[in-house]
Amino acid sequence: MKARDCRYERARSLQEALDLLHRHGADARLIAGGQSLVPALNLRMAAPDMLIDIGALDELRGIRLADAGGAKRLRIGAMVTHAEIARSRDVALYAPLLSLAVKHVAHAAIRNRGTFGGSIAHADPSAEFPACALALGARMHIASRAETRVVAAEDFFRGLHETAILPGEILIAVDMASIEEGFRPGFAELARRSGDYALVGLALQGKPLRGRTLFEAVAPVFFSVGDRPIFARAAAQILMDASVADDTRIRLAQAALTDDLNPPSDPQASSATRLHLARVLLGRVVAEVLEMGAGESRDA
Amino acid sequence: MLEPITITLSINGLDTVIAVEPRTHLADVLRVQLGLTGTHIGCEHGVCGACTIFLDGATVRACLVLAVQADGCFVETVEGLTEAGDPALLALQEAFCERNALQCGFCTPGMLATAIELLREGRPLSRADIRERISGNYCRCTGYQAIVDAILHAAAKLAELEMA
Repeated sequence: MKARDCRYERARSLQEALDLLHRHGADARLIAGGQSLVPALNLRMAAPDMLIDIGALDELRGIRLADAGGAKRLRIGAMVTHAEIARSRDVALYAPLLSLAVKHVAHAAIRNRGTFGGSIAHADPSAEFPACALALGARMHIASRAETRVVAAEDFFRGLHETAILPGEILIAVDMASIEEGFRPGFAELARRSGDYALVGLALQGKPLRGRTLFEAVAPVFFSVGDRPIFARAAAQILMDASVADDTRIRLAQAALTDDLNPPSDPQASSATRLHLARVLLGRVVAEVLEMGAGESRDA
Repeated sequence: MLEPITITLSINGLDTVIAVEPRTHLADVLRVQLGLTGTHIGCEHGVCGACTIFLDGATVRACLVLAVQADGCFVETVEGLTEAGDPALLALQEAFCERNALQCGFCTPGMLATAIELLREGRPLSRADIRERISGNYCRCTGYQAIVDAILHAAAKLAELEMA
């Protein structure tokens, strides 16, 4: 299908983009890489009167490491592409969960153009980066004509394609604390074809205790199981509970996902199938993260 | 209809000034307005990969880029891939012929673009690596064995050239 007629302006600065957004109000949509919006336009699921292109804004580019009172934080500009995330040494060193996840984001040609900020702002419940942002406790930097405010990931995702971004605002960057000593990332998803939307996915970061199935801290976040990324609190509690026997902990955490998740059914998979697959992924990812820990202790 | 916007594209080395509607994606501009029908359109929502071309040196889905967004960019389509004098391309073309890696042929322009980008990375490739990369170009045929064979063959040939 073909997109509906619309007007188009390419913003030359963030200020100009904010002014355009203010002037055109609800009739306008921002376009960045366009890898979710253009399909929606072509299918006429979206039909704005006005497109404001923020693709030329250099101030939204770049991956930077900042020192905030001794603690390192990685700041990723909203226009950074998935391919840039995949190539970045800083991301691999300071936010390695993203390096694991990016391999699963669509296909190479889409990763060349799709943007990190676009994925976060689009808030597709089956997307990888919103789940990672929640697992990493990322912060979203949102600009308006009046100010730039910061919203924590846990307050940012509000529902199906719904976020804390208000009319007239633009997501300009996302930042996250650098991975701490002893923490490890894990990521897995199940899809019918590599690069397709996940049936179920899991982004996890945690600090395992050497030689045990116990975590000092862990953040398992599932995606494609609801209207937004979901932090599996009940499962996390069990993975951090020292009173549970080591050999039953993972199984109990898998069982506890009943309390955390209530996945929807669709023609691809029933709710029960998705819950089962979520348990499978939790088992795999936890095993992988623990294995990495064991590998290091052997090295030491 | 709204006023078209005039853009400049370098297409296969040729500077082209053209008026486009904001809603028109690059694949339609190439095919309909410029007659470059080597870029195929299958699904128009980024799934089939038949419209994969190079934009500023990296593969993109031409159906997922509005032509206005590409103003000032370098575009390479399958038509431009014939005279590039690029060893990766030459090896790939020969391998596609040798292995008859065409199937119905609809996916071929996108397969070539995807495969060239992979070959230019210059790392050793397994069948699984190739499958992973061309998964974004799966269309309606099945198998893709001959295509995987051809890309593997081209990679081996390039590695040989590098050693020589």
